[in-house]
Amino acid sequence: MSFITGVGLTPYGRHDGSSSLDLMSRAAQAAIDDAGLKRAEIDGILCGYSTVSPHIMLATVFAEHFGVRPAYAHAVQVGGATGLAMTMLAHQLVEAGVVRHVLVVAGENRLTGQSRDASIQALAQVGHPDYEVPLGPTIPAYYGLVASRYMHEYGVTEEDLAEFAVLMRAHACTHPGAQFHEPITVADVMASKPVALPLKLLDCCPVSDGGAAFVVSRERTGAAGVKVRGCAQAHTHQHVTAAPALSELGAEIAIARAKEASRLAISDVRYAAVYDSFSVTLAMLLEDLGLAGRGEAAARVRAGWFGRGGEMPLNTHGGLLSYGHCGVGGAMAHLVETHLQMTGRAGNRQVRDASIALLHGDGGVLSSHVSMFLEQVR
Amino acid sequence: MSGERVADWTKGAPAIVYQSCGACGGVQYFHRAFCAACGAPDPRGQRASGKGVVYAVSLVCRAATPETKAHVPYNILLIDCTEGFRMMAHGEKDLAIGDEVAARFETFAGRLVPYFVRVA
Repeated sequence: MSFITGVGLTPYGRHDGSSSLDLMSRAAQAAIDDAGLKRAEIDGILCGYSTVSPHIMLATVFAEHFGVRPAYAHAVQVGGATGLAMTMLAHQLVEAGVVRHVLVVAGENRLTGQSRDASIQALAQVGHPDYEVPLGPTIPAYYGLVASRYMHEYGVTEEDLAEFAVLMRAHACTHPGAQFHEPITVADVMASKPVALPLKLLDCCPVSDGGAAFVVSRERTGAAGVKVRGCAQAHTHQHVTAAPALSELGAEIAIARAKEASRLAISDVRYAAVYDSFSVTLAMLLEDLGLAGRGEAAARVRAGWFGRGGEMPLNTHGGLLSYGHCGVGGAMAHLVETHLQMTGRAGNRQVRDASIALLHGDGGVLSSHVSMFLEQVR
Repeated sequence: MSGERVADWTKGAPAIVYQSCGACGGVQYFHRAFCAACGAPDPRGQRASGKGVVYAVSLVCRAATPETKAHVPYNILLIDCTEGFRMMAHGEKDLAIGDEVAARFETFAGRLVPYFVRVA
């Protein structure tokens, strides 16, 4: 058994003068404080990567900087799925008795630490160095390709995709830490600058500075209990050129394995935290996970299904699209928000019932997937 | 051994090359010293016809490097080639999914790249 015993999150956006280690440290201290632990009680560290400050041993760089001497520490790299992959590993480490309290941490000054072009260029390198990168694709282009096929197969429109950006912005408007607080409309998304069609600027997550962390423990450290009920992964390809058909993507495989591991069904889920690097990512993943029928996710957004008061509240902090995306920490904010919801601490964003949550992360171009169920225990 | 690697556009030659496995019959586009499906060594390099069907399209309007910015907008495609492999390429801006296409070669950011046009 394992519990998420504490969470920490910085605002996302600009943090002028803060390094990746600064942002990691702020989030880590907040998570340790939230768990009611002392630094010395942290005996495991898992961290993500920083594209601004790459290092072959980031976990020990961080441990030294932060002032802890863990019994277990290393970095993990699974692109956007890193946060949940680290959580899955932390769960397994504490369950196996290797360590008692794992600090999972990531942070990056991706917005102010390098130019936006440098970020876009660095990320495009997930493409194949010989067969893709020379063609000048960008991450939005990889997802633009997927979006064109998804729209073609399921009759989805650009206006449909825009609904997801509008929803995430509406949620971000209720969170003081979000990068964006100006409401947007479908028309605004449609009129935003083309990036990699069919994706336009407001279909794309921003580049942000920020940090996020949580503590995964063998026993709960306070009254609130958020238990990892079950999780699973699937990895079908790295490059979009080698991706399987839309109906065979890894999200469906990962969720099937996670349901088996947790003995839960989608009908048990009360809160959803789903990776949303682009509007199309969120649309496709919601459908792959079974949170909407094929090609029907947008209709559910329009009907209020995924709103704070809807049947399946989703990314109530605003997601990557509007809370912000600072690399590995980006999707970890989804878990932080889920924890706040499950422990009744989400304030004006609090949902009625978050007793069972489903989280899903995606890395690469729908390449690597992690699905996880969290359960509120009293 | 299957001999020397057949030159293709990734090496500056105006050709698309794929590999086919003598053991399992599998085809692959990314060059390897073995078949990724069955592991057999030395799949045979073959020149593709350059004919195919558009699987996906994305018009890149925001590029990240000075060399690629000079070309925007450019259309990135995934092409399902007649020989049974999928490849990424450039192509005409008005191509749509399902269009039958044939390859030419054009210079992009100082390199030769496959560029697909619609066949009548």
